[in-house]
Amino acid sequence: MKPRKSVIPGFGLTMGYTIAYLGLIALIPLSTIFLKTAGMGWHAFWSVIGSARVMAAYRLSIGASIAGAAINSIFGLVVAWTLVRYRFPLRGVVDSLVDLPFALPTSVAGITLTAIYSEHGWIGRLLAPAGIKVAFTPIGVVVALTFVGLPFAVRTVQPVLQDLESELEEAAATLGASRIQTFRRVIAPALLPATITGFALAFARALGEYGSVVFISGNMPMRTEVVPLLIMTRLEEFDYQGATAIALVMLTVSFAMLFLINLLQRWSVGRHAAG
Amino acid sequence: MPPDERELWRMMDGGFDWARADETTAQMRRATSEPAWARALITAIAIVFLGVFLLIPLAAVFTEALRQGVRVYLAAITNAEARSAIRLTLITAAIAVPLNLIFGLAASWAITRFEFRRKNLLTTLIDLPFAVSPVIAGMIYVLLFGAQGYMGGWFAAHGIKIIFAVPGIVLATIFVTFPFIARELIPVMEAAGVEEEQAALTLGASGWQTFFRVTLPNVKWGLLYGLVICNARAMGEFGAVSVVSGHIRGQTNTMPLYVEILYNDYQFSAAFAVASILTALALVTLIAKRAIGGRLKSRELPVESEAADQEAA
Amino acid sequence: MSIEVRNIRKKFGNFTALDDVSLNIESGELVALLGPSGSGKTTLLRIIAGLEIPDAGSVHLGGEEATARSARERGVGFVFQHYALFRHMTVFENAAFGLRVRPRRRRPSEQQIRARVDELLKLVQLEWAGERYPSQLSGGQRQRVALARALAAEPRVLLLDEPFGALDAKVREELRRWLRRLHQELHLTGVFVTHDQEEALEVATRVAVLNRGKIEQVGTPEQIYHHPVTPFVSSFLGNVNLFHGRIHDGRVYLGGTSVAVQEGAGVHIGAPNGGRAMVHIRPHLLEIELRPNGKDSFPATVKHINAAGSRVKVELISAWEDPVRVEIDHERLRTLALRPGLQVYVSPRENRVFVYQI
Repeated sequence: MKPRKSVIPGFGLTMGYTIAYLGLIALIPLSTIFLKTAGMGWHAFWSVIGSARVMAAYRLSIGASIAGAAINSIFGLVVAWTLVRYRFPLRGVVDSLVDLPFALPTSVAGITLTAIYSEHGWIGRLLAPAGIKVAFTPIGVVVALTFVGLPFAVRTVQPVLQDLESELEEAAATLGASRIQTFRRVIAPALLPATITGFALAFARALGEYGSVVFISGNMPMRTEVVPLLIMTRLEEFDYQGATAIALVMLTVSFAMLFLINLLQRWSVGRHAAG
Repeated sequence: MPPDERELWRMMDGGFDWARADETTAQMRRATSEPAWARALITAIAIVFLGVFLLIPLAAVFTEALRQGVRVYLAAITNAEARSAIRLTLITAAIAVPLNLIFGLAASWAITRFEFRRKNLLTTLIDLPFAVSPVIAGMIYVLLFGAQGYMGGWFAAHGIKIIFAVPGIVLATIFVTFPFIARELIPVMEAAGVEEEQAALTLGASGWQTFFRVTLPNVKWGLLYGLVICNARAMGEFGAVSVVSGHIRGQTNTMPLYVEILYNDYQFSAAFAVASILTALALVTLIAKRAIGGRLKSRELPVESEAADQEAA
Repeated sequence: MSIEVRNIRKKFGNFTALDDVSLNIESGELVALLGPSGSGKTTLLRIIAGLEIPDAGSVHLGGEEATARSARERGVGFVFQHYALFRHMTVFENAAFGLRVRPRRRRPSEQQIRARVDELLKLVQLEWAGERYPSQLSGGQRQRVALARALAAEPRVLLLDEPFGALDAKVREELRRWLRRLHQELHLTGVFVTHDQEEALEVATRVAVLNRGKIEQVGTPEQIYHHPVTPFVSSFLGNVNLFHGRIHDGRVYLGGTSVAVQEGAGVHIGAPNGGRAMVHIRPHLLEIELRPNGKDSFPATVKHINAAGSRVKVELISAWEDPVRVEIDHERLRTLALRPGLQVYVSPRENRVFVYQI
């Protein structure tokens, strides 16, 4: 790799360190997954992946992640709208708090959510008379995944909403559109790329989430066991091959998501720049 | 560049322009806003949603921590195991963060100061940890350095323990947190531009002198921002560390892991007590991010405000 | 439809944008709101549109009180400075918007909408652009789409906020002529905001000059240019020479000379006898002679001659050291054989001066 801009010194040193670091910390360790699964043989691989328990875990992980991301997309829009357009006391504090799920260690989130939603917890006790159990059910998993994905949905939409020229809405008003019509026809289409990006990010995060989920789910195989959990179980049983096989599928999905998000970002940037 | 946690960290606090938001709010109170009842309803929904998902958990941590009184609380965070967990967390961060700092500086220097092919590949590689579940992040180190790992034999023969020991924990933490500083520095260094450094070189400064006297001061806020985020994540990582640590009490438990152990032992108040320290750390992180983010934003060029133009016209 | 605003007041925080402004616009007029930044012209326009709510005063559209009505209900077409086109919609969809959002009872059929939009796109000469997106058009084209969009909704009045401000000089000129023609064809009442006095004088049927939240003068372009009633209007429109002097007995004394000043066509006297006065004289209303031939004139020295243009701009320094600008035609330049350093005599033509007390 010959640098064209070599007036500034330090290319060799910085590039070398960077690649060495990346190689040692990330690339070589990651390669073990491929090595391990390569050594498994197709038959073993498919029998692991296709087993009922693993399939159930995939279904739960994907389903709950979609549900969580969807909830976040809807309410995230409401939250972003409120933060950008309305005034209320302590708005700054609320805005900062939106990032709490980022800053909080996942195990703390996990035990706290479990405490709140278990039958005697603050919220669990309100829902129990209605026969709704949250902790140790798939619903609990969705709640936990909603928690971790919350900032993504809000923060992708927020800057777009802020940059939305008020003139567009004024133009729609002078042309006779009602507020709802303006939202449906003018505002929502402008927010669509950001909303989808937020959904994708929340989904990707939720898919790999471990700490927040492991406490509230109860980890019952076939019912409330998410994929990261299953991988952990296999590791504890020293079934490295099984763990690796499951992990490989997860990685593939994650990389695909990252790729998709990349495309979405390009699409939304293209929209934004236009006009 | 794919958006990722780092971008979102940036969109957060540091990115929210309160002056613009106030203007937008003022504009929206004009003739084209929704009726008052709709505004109240939307605000209520937002507050309830955030209250349920953010405020209640926040309150719950501290409530549960103090459920059995202050004595028990203090005992839980000052006993030997707790102290060793705190120590291990601090040691891990103290090693991981500086190493990631050097990586961040090196990577951003290489990326922003030079042209080379496959620069996109490099930036994508830096994003890698975001696509990897924490459990998998820990697992790959077990596969590599564990007893049956690809390199496990060599280390065992030399009496070096990686997995189920501190080095493994540090490695896993580094993996999960190395993108943060780099991804924060890259746009800041990009924005600062090469001209000042080129000027320094023409004036006779060496590479190192240029770096310390010209580059670093320019990027200090972005650097600080990245440090805050990286540190928070390094201290709070759970999944990856859980896999490599072996959960050996008093030896290989960081605070997040210690919380889990206490909880599984049904020592709920103690678990929440330790959790409360981590929560306080999270809140401090949020405050720091807001403060630094403000500085970061104010160094940008003032954006022409059409609202101001309109109001003037 | 006529527009009337009465006693409008509007403040933004501590800043007074409009201070007791009243204006009457007859149906079919094209009125320009002219003034510098901060004069309140855009605020006034937006109040007429219903995009701002005045602190005091009332707005009447077509004789009816409209102050309480929302922008949606006023039936005004508004063209924004930066077009505000909906970028996720095609040109056609943008233009059709106003018709498509009408309540069911008043909404025309899709066919009728199509016909109307096609008609308007043809009017703005963009019938070929129907399926394009705003991002694919130039600034001038986008502004025409914005115009078509506003007109398609069948407004009773058309309001334009610095419509050509964001465009190149050439495109601006073209669109100005275009707007005038459009107004003549459609007979729609129109109000537009501009800070460019050339634009106002060229396009409008009447001009309202605003300064610091007040209307200084309203009149036809000729009236405000040739017969300004306040110093601000006089100096804002076109170039003026500013001289200090004293008024006494029908003459204004400038430096060592005096000029007869009588109230009459073109002359506005605002200063009392013996008072200090400011005199405005337009460059093309001054004459240069090589000798004082009995006219009221003052001596000046030629400093700089700019002959690049349709007229010659001569810069001089007066006997009392004030800069003087005079415009003459090329023939006169040749006749006088002017050159830098030459001492000449400058006199006002036709006594067209603007004098007021300071």
